[in-house]
Amino acid sequence: MADYTETLINLGYIIASILFILGIKMLGKPELARRGNLVSALGMLIAVVAALFECCLTFSWVIAGLIIGSLIGAIAARTVKMTAMPQMVALLNGFGGIASLLVGWQNYHSQPDSNLFIRIALLLAVLIGGVAFSGSLIAYGKLAEKIPGRPMSFRGQLPLNAIIIGLILLCGAVFAYNPAAAYGYPIFIFILLLTLTIGVLGVIPIGGADMPVVIALLNSYSGLAACAAGFIILNNVLIVAGSLVGASGLILTGIMCKAMNRSLGNVLFSGLQTSTSSAESARIQGDPKPISSEDAYFILEAARSVVFVPGYGMAVAQAQHAVRELGEILENNGAEVRYAIHPVAGRMPGHMNVLLAEANVLYEQLAEMDDVNPIMDSVDVCIVIGANDVVNPAAREIASSSIFGMPIIDADRAKTVIVLKRSMAAGFSGVDNPLFVKENTRMLFGDAKATVQQLVAEFKES
Amino acid sequence: MSIGLLIFVFVLAIFLGVELISKVPSQLHTPLMSGTNAISGITIVGALTAAGTGADLIGSILGTIAVIFATINVVGGYLVTNRMLAMFKRKKEEQ
Repeated sequence: MADYTETLINLGYIIASILFILGIKMLGKPELARRGNLVSALGMLIAVVAALFECCLTFSWVIAGLIIGSLIGAIAARTVKMTAMPQMVALLNGFGGIASLLVGWQNYHSQPDSNLFIRIALLLAVLIGGVAFSGSLIAYGKLAEKIPGRPMSFRGQLPLNAIIIGLILLCGAVFAYNPAAAYGYPIFIFILLLTLTIGVLGVIPIGGADMPVVIALLNSYSGLAACAAGFIILNNVLIVAGSLVGASGLILTGIMCKAMNRSLGNVLFSGLQTSTSSAESARIQGDPKPISSEDAYFILEAARSVVFVPGYGMAVAQAQHAVRELGEILENNGAEVRYAIHPVAGRMPGHMNVLLAEANVLYEQLAEMDDVNPIMDSVDVCIVIGANDVVNPAAREIASSSIFGMPIIDADRAKTVIVLKRSMAAGFSGVDNPLFVKENTRMLFGDAKATVQQLVAEFKES
Repeated sequence: MSIGLLIFVFVLAIFLGVELISKVPSQLHTPLMSGTNAISGITIVGALTAAGTGADLIGSILGTIAVIFATINVVGGYLVTNRMLAMFKRKKEEQ
């Protein structure tokens, strides 16, 4: 009987692993994505049920934890606003990390004299899970603007990081040598604190615009932490699922870095380098040409093809619904309307797609950078909404610019460019944007949402 | 289960992960991220074991907190992903 149950449990884990693999594969295809998510959720349910058959001497703690967690998770997922999605994802990711850390801690607490292999797995679960947790919390704070989004660093931060990492390695070695010794527990707690510290110090010097990379990377960490937890409890389903997430997170990280033409090292550590004098960047010649919303209306009224380029500013102003309304009016006016989305626009991978989808923009109207650039010359009007660096022609033209070489949406090649912007401030990278003073560019200053609503009103009045 | 076998599974799964997600349209980057994030909540299996086999009160509490966090990760992750994917509309579905 006992053997029979064990076989069934293992069968459950195998089915769960298969469903995760199929689910991830389907998540990568637009027409199958939603079903893919359900398939992977079914896999999770099967894994949890299988685990309940073998996990527990006492069920009271387990059931209490499951109920509390489900309630919090469900309420949070239902109530979160779409504009708050980046910080929500960061937070959930951090929770996965701390769960793996706690699995490691509990395991050490209950069985301090495990074998060397499990000790190492345990340390890895604490290290990776801890960095994923504290790093995600900082990312959450930056995205929710509870702490400043700009890169924060202090003198000697790099040596400090090196010392902490050295200490972690040293303490880890001492711990792994004999965790059951009297000094074992204090050292374990010390390692835990150092790990949480390094997660904080690692993310704090990274600026808001680089968050797509950081979130993708932390996502990968929480998967690898789950994987390490799998080595502790010797369970294949954790190892399979954890490494799938680890690999996908790393791939997404790579895609984000490529979209900025920067290496991962540059993204992670550039905030720490003594800031290269931004004054050296060549001042841009020319004056911006501000227009009124009425002027903008006349330009748009005559346009036969319009491309919107949204950026983080659209998210801040929550202008996505107004933008969609303007897009519909332009379509009814006979124009072809598209939305060009840069891979790193916003604060997480695919941020703009989510916001525009929320506003009911059709999937077919969303165009990727590489698809829209070749036809940009034939576009009548390109409307840039709260985007800056991703349309900065300096990346193409000015070799001394710090963003030189980054692939951009060639908004400046449209016949007319209308830039919706609060003020003339430089973008996140601190680089001036020559687009704003180009011959064919008009600046429409003001809050993005209010400005778009004015344009909508102009169309309705006429 | 032997350690060698676990490492074998680990290496294969990493390669499988890389093969699975080599090309994803940018429209799906966020759902892919939050969907895989929910999968990383698989650590819930470890957390359940931890909560159910605590050697003492502290052990049980550590395990239970792990279950709570992992469950939030799983339930929240899947629901949020589903909410996002439900918003992606295409022309033919609307009509």
